[in-house]
Amino acid sequence: MLKMQDVSKVYRTDLIETHALRNFSLEVKSGQFVAVSGPSGSGKTTFLNVAGLLETFDTGIYELDGQDVSRLSDDARSRMRNEKIGFIFQSFNLIPDLDVYDNVDVPLRYRRMKAAERNQRITKALELVGLASRTKHMPSQLSGGQQQRVAIARAIAGDPALILADEPTGNLDSLMARQVMDLLEQINEMGTTIILVTHDPELARRAQRNIHVVDGLVIDSAPYERRLGADERAGAGGSMPA
Amino acid sequence: MLRYYLRLSLKSLRRTPGLTALMVCAIALGIAACIVTLTVYHAMSGNPIWWKNNVLYAVTMDSWGADEPHDPQHPTLAPPQLTYTDATALLRSSIPQRKAIMTQMDGMLSGAPGQTVPMQALTRATTKDFFAMFDVPFEYGGAWGGNDLDALPEIVLGKRANDTLFGGTDSVGRTILWNNNRFRVVGVLRDWQPLPRFYDVVDGAFEPPEDAYVPFSWITTLRSVPSGNMDCHTSVAISNYQQLLGSECVWIEMWAQLPSAARRERFRAYVDSYWAAQRRAGRFPRPLNNHLTNVSQWLQVNGVVSSDSRILLRVAFAFLAVCLLNTVGILLTKFLRGAPIVGVRRALGASRRQIFLQHLVEVAVVSIAGGVLGLALGAAGLVGVRAIYAQDSAYGLLAHFDPLGVAWALALAALSTLAAGFYPAWSIGRLPPAGYLRGR
Ligand SMILES: Nc1ncnc2c1ncn2[C@@H]1O[C@H](COP(=O)(O)OP(=O)(O)O)[C@@H](O)[C@H]1O
Ligand SMILES: [Mg+2]
Repeated sequence: MLKMQDVSKVYRTDLIETHALRNFSLEVKSGQFVAVSGPSGSGKTTFLNVAGLLETFDTGIYELDGQDVSRLSDDARSRMRNEKIGFIFQSFNLIPDLDVYDNVDVPLRYRRMKAAERNQRITKALELVGLASRTKHMPSQLSGGQQQRVAIARAIAGDPALILADEPTGNLDSLMARQVMDLLEQINEMGTTIILVTHDPELARRAQRNIHVVDGLVIDSAPYERRLGADERAGAGGSMPA
Repeated sequence: MLRYYLRLSLKSLRRTPGLTALMVCAIALGIAACIVTLTVYHAMSGNPIWWKNNVLYAVTMDSWGADEPHDPQHPTLAPPQLTYTDATALLRSSIPQRKAIMTQMDGMLSGAPGQTVPMQALTRATTKDFFAMFDVPFEYGGAWGGNDLDALPEIVLGKRANDTLFGGTDSVGRTILWNNNRFRVVGVLRDWQPLPRFYDVVDGAFEPPEDAYVPFSWITTLRSVPSGNMDCHTSVAISNYQQLLGSECVWIEMWAQLPSAARRERFRAYVDSYWAAQRRAGRFPRPLNNHLTNVSQWLQVNGVVSSDSRILLRVAFAFLAVCLLNTVGILLTKFLRGAPIVGVRRALGASRRQIFLQHLVEVAVVSIAGGVLGLALGAAGLVGVRAIYAQDSAYGLLAHFDPLGVAWALALAALSTLAAGFYPAWSIGRLPPAGYLRGR
């Protein structure tokens, strides 16, 4: 599904250069559920943005769904985002003046779908997240957990092959977080590849595969259990020494 | 997709009603200022008979004295009017398809049924081709006929005179007194007010149209003294009417209809050879300087368009530019404030073009609203201008707010605002999609 080899990304400002990704290599197979963890500022979001074609990278190779994306035009990247990728953000990022229905509608609009098909997909997605009865609600009338479920419905409405979730439970209490995780697992079981950035070890443990990022590098792509064991033996907390 | 963008635009504009109102008003004010000044300028500089621009020619001949040119500031120009001798001589040529000589008279109309007080009637003494040549529209009847220099006592009334004297009814065939002489009404004009009054700019390009038209030969028969401009380069005292007609004073305008270049050349040769013959007889001390001038050149040469109105026009467009710049600023701020949402849309698959179009539609909505309000304000402004000018002379100004003018104004509104909104819409489309998603 996704293959990165020695991808690097540098942010340059007037004062400093930040190497957000360096020789970042990772392969994610179709249908996998991958949890990504790492200290704050280690490059997790940068990785998701590059993976989701929201940002370009400087060197290395990135193939998405078998296609080399480094040469794609902005238009082609937009189309790939629209058709193959669903994003879920920590702060939900619903569009405040659109109601629930119209929010889920957004990616479908950009795909120029007919109204009937859009309607069918929106209804299906909202049923899946359990909000079919709230179509006319505005985001501000929903709880955080509900908003994130609308965002999930929006991410899956277009049937993407890959879902990128950046700390989707970061703003939710643990009960809501578990519900969101249940949903993501359910979606993964239907065949969608999921890459989830999370700080929550309990949630990470539920993924098939765990990746640890430190300083822009993939340190460990072992399953969570194994890494946790190693950490315990080393007497460290959640993160690896660099 | 357009309907989707339209819906998003309306939502967006409704979210910031203050800013929206500000933009619409700014555009409207700029547009209105331009409409008013453009209309005034158009009225002053417009060619009221453009469809015959290269068909109608003012005939001038330099009959002035030896000492200095007629207009020392424009030494290459001939006097804008002709002497009686020359006008009547040139009128005999059969080369022009149509031709007319004319001058302005003061007149009194009386003797209409039930009329107790004589009506003051600005009058044009002219020859019969005047009407056909200038496409003058008749309500009733038509021009007089006969010989240009020996016409019957027949009169054509302007609309105002016929409304006043005959209540607007068909007065053709009725007899009326013009300066106490009996004339038979042969024609009544529709409302006709060419602006500027190109055929006699010497006596005022923005004068109202005449109330009556009488055959030129009748003013000499009646020994009526013209009321228009009369320019003499000698200070010879004129003590009787015959001396006036024989003098070197210029007071008659002449126009000729010369539809083809060949005809123009032939007529020019005719004028020149007449001039040469007269010169041999001892007249015309100045060098050969005869002109056939088409309508637009005529208006230009005679300085009909005041430099005031040209400056005003420039000021109005500068004002519009300032209004539009303001709008650009507001749009940029507003669009940038919505950048995080644009980031979300981009993440969900919107292309640059789609973001650009969505914002351009919003600009278009603002521009249409501003344009419509601007048109309304402009129309109101023109009513105001008319009120100011009404005591003056150019009361026909508002008549020039024609469909074509409205179309121009609309095009101006749409184009200028789209141009103004293009940049903000374009720059919001260029935002990197990830930039505004981080740190939220
Ligand atoms: N637009 C940017 N300009 C400059 N530096 C940036 C930018 N975005 C991220 N960074 C830097 O890149 C590094 C990685 O950031 P990020 O990927 O957001 O980390 P994480 O998501 O793991 O917290 C950080 O040091 C961050 O400050
Ligand atoms: Mg992050």
